[in-house]
Amino acid sequence: MKNKVILKNKVILIVLLLFFTFCFVVLYKGLNNSNIYIPKTIYEKTLINFSSKDLFSKNEISSDKIFIDSEFYILNIWASWCLPCRYEHPKLMQLSKNSSVKLIGLNYKDNPSNAKKFLNEFGNPYSMVITDKKGTISIELGAYGVPETFLINKDKKIIKKFIGSLNQKSLKEINLILK
Amino acid sequence: MKLLKIFLIIVIIFNFTHVSSSENNDELTNKISKNIRCLICQGQSVYDSQSDFSISMKLVIRKKLNEGLSENEIYNFLKSQYGQWIIYDPEFNKKTFILWLLPILLFLIGGAIIFRKFIVQK
Repeated sequence: MKNKVILKNKVILIVLLLFFTFCFVVLYKGLNNSNIYIPKTIYEKTLINFSSKDLFSKNEISSDKIFIDSEFYILNIWASWCLPCRYEHPKLMQLSKNSSVKLIGLNYKDNPSNAKKFLNEFGNPYSMVITDKKGTISIELGAYGVPETFLINKDKKIIKKFIGSLNQKSLKEINLILK
Repeated sequence: MKLLKIFLIIVIIFNFTHVSSSENNDELTNKISKNIRCLICQGQSVYDSQSDFSISMKLVIRKKLNEGLSENEIYNFLKSQYGQWIIYDPEFNKKTFILWLLPILLFLIGGAIIFRKFIVQK
């Protein structure tokens, strides 16, 4: 009887020890994980259909007519009030020299005259600028905010997404795909 | 006079049904936005947040409801664009089964211990 009790206590002790070790290992491993959510940036997703107004002509254009006749497209969400957009602008100007890619600007929640002023001041890298006054197109595209850049291939698949302003590293990545 | 009454009744009924349908959509928009995480805020739902992201998200939810999408279809659309993380209520799959089953398991174990200790021994 006494042996049985000792055995039972031992079993309980071992089970408890195993349980706490398990908890410790799980939590300890979790310490090293980043607690900032990082969304997936590489994915092959088909672009949604949308229609929007052109910034300059104010004509309504559907996405079927925008994503046509180019090998690659870069859809860049920007705004004149967004400071990081100013930093990345020279990189977009650089990209616009590449003939295999068509740059499309999506002007996010912006005042059209400010947007035009911005492009006059820093140059216009886009072959087309469409507007997203309420920010709904960006949400439907799966964007987080400005600036954000999507690399799209000719099958209208989003190959890569860059959240935040483009830097030298992302520029290199884009050029590697474009070549 | 009678015609006017009938006309008035029709107008009133039509207006009320109109109001109730848009109210339904309002309620549903609120319900859905409470279950959607604001991805650029910390610990806030889209319903609570006033960020640009959340304001646009609420507009998109309303637009989708007006297009005739159901609540689940909207969740699925957002999941496809932003991933599982955007929904506060995680679905049952191989990544989340511990989350769902552990409380039940602990409840059963606790219940068994209480049963053995206090009820059987009496």
